[in-house]
Amino acid sequence: MTSYTEAFQDIPGTTVFDIHRSRLGYHLNMFCMSLLKVENRESFKANERAYLESVPMTEEQRQAVMDRDYARMISLGGNIYFLGKLSAADGVAFGDMVASMTEGLKEDYARMMSVGGRSIEGNRSKSER
Amino acid sequence: MAKIIAGVATSHIPNIGVALDTGKAGDPQWKPVFEGYDYSKKWIADKKPDVVILVYNDHASAFSLELIPTFAIGCANEFQPAQTVWGPRPVPVVKGHPELAWHIAQSTILDEFDMTVVNRMDVDHGLTVPLSLMFGQPDDWPCKVIPLAVNVVQFPPPTGNRCYSLGKAIRKAVETFDEDLKVMIWGTGGMSHQLQGARAGLINAEFDKQFLDKLSADPEALARLSHVDYVREAGSEGIELIMWLIMRGALDTEAHEIYRFHYGVPVSNTALGHMILENPRS
Repeated sequence: MTSYTEAFQDIPGTTVFDIHRSRLGYHLNMFCMSLLKVENRESFKANERAYLESVPMTEEQRQAVMDRDYARMISLGGNIYFLGKLSAADGVAFGDMVASMTEGLKEDYARMMSVGGRSIEGNRSKSER
Repeated sequence: MAKIIAGVATSHIPNIGVALDTGKAGDPQWKPVFEGYDYSKKWIADKKPDVVILVYNDHASAFSLELIPTFAIGCANEFQPAQTVWGPRPVPVVKGHPELAWHIAQSTILDEFDMTVVNRMDVDHGLTVPLSLMFGQPDDWPCKVIPLAVNVVQFPPPTGNRCYSLGKAIRKAVETFDEDLKVMIWGTGGMSHQLQGARAGLINAEFDKQFLDKLSADPEALARLSHVDYVREAGSEGIELIMWLIMRGALDTEAHEIYRFHYGVPVSNTALGHMILENPRS
């Protein structure tokens, strides 16, 4: 029998922030949350590596943050609303951060959205592909 | 006695707030969006609710991963616009209705809904964008607001059926409140959108249209939709639509759809939907 969390895995290009991911990503997400405070943003900007070392996240997570690799952060337990605080701290628009996780350029993403977004056809399930 | 006169469903897309706050509401990209609420603004000015129970979700603003309440009701006197990295939205402080909020908490808990009571909670775009869409940019919000925050960030969120049932319990609570109040309930969030992964940017206009149709005419069917169905058809963040069922559950089954606005072009990353339903007795 397929478990609750397994049932989502048939959906392509999608990571659901489930109980496993939340546990995995707790410190990564709470690091992002800390950036709501201006003094923390300043301290992070002054020395990113040192700030990240002070948070008990994994080395992989630290590297993904340093690389601003949002797709990787999602795969390591990041949640989009928390990661949005990191991109905002960089002055990056939320939509551009989202676009960075897709295959094309951010211009391609913006064009796709302006004409109605990504189609559901062919994107419902891995099994139909 | 207090009574629920109507329900409003609306998306709470953050960029709508940004457009309004930065004076871009008249730009070609945004004009059709705000025009879609022209009728609603007139309608609500005429209806003059005393209190709005505003069902929304927090987006890692008031709640982080330290505390994840499934249903949280704001019982405070007021709620401040939440801090963001870009700064808080320049909107009025939200005034609560503690007496009714506490009464709803008591009534729903005794009805076996284990509500979290919150006496201090900042409110983010999930709550303030719907107020802006319906009321524009007043110096003060023209009614009291009871925030009802629903977890839709951490899976599992509540089931659609649980949301629908909570709506019914809220109605019962309101109708046993011993003061003549005109109450509205709003369900916010949605429609289809996905903000992460290779499938980001998903918009499913057909699903959204069917959702609106069923919200109006066959909410019992919607209440049976599973989380997987929402994520598959409406995107990972489209799960927010379950909150519309709390609104719908609080209305009469035969509530009248009096207005609908479904904007086909995605606003930022998200499809916009809006509906007004009135109880026949109102």
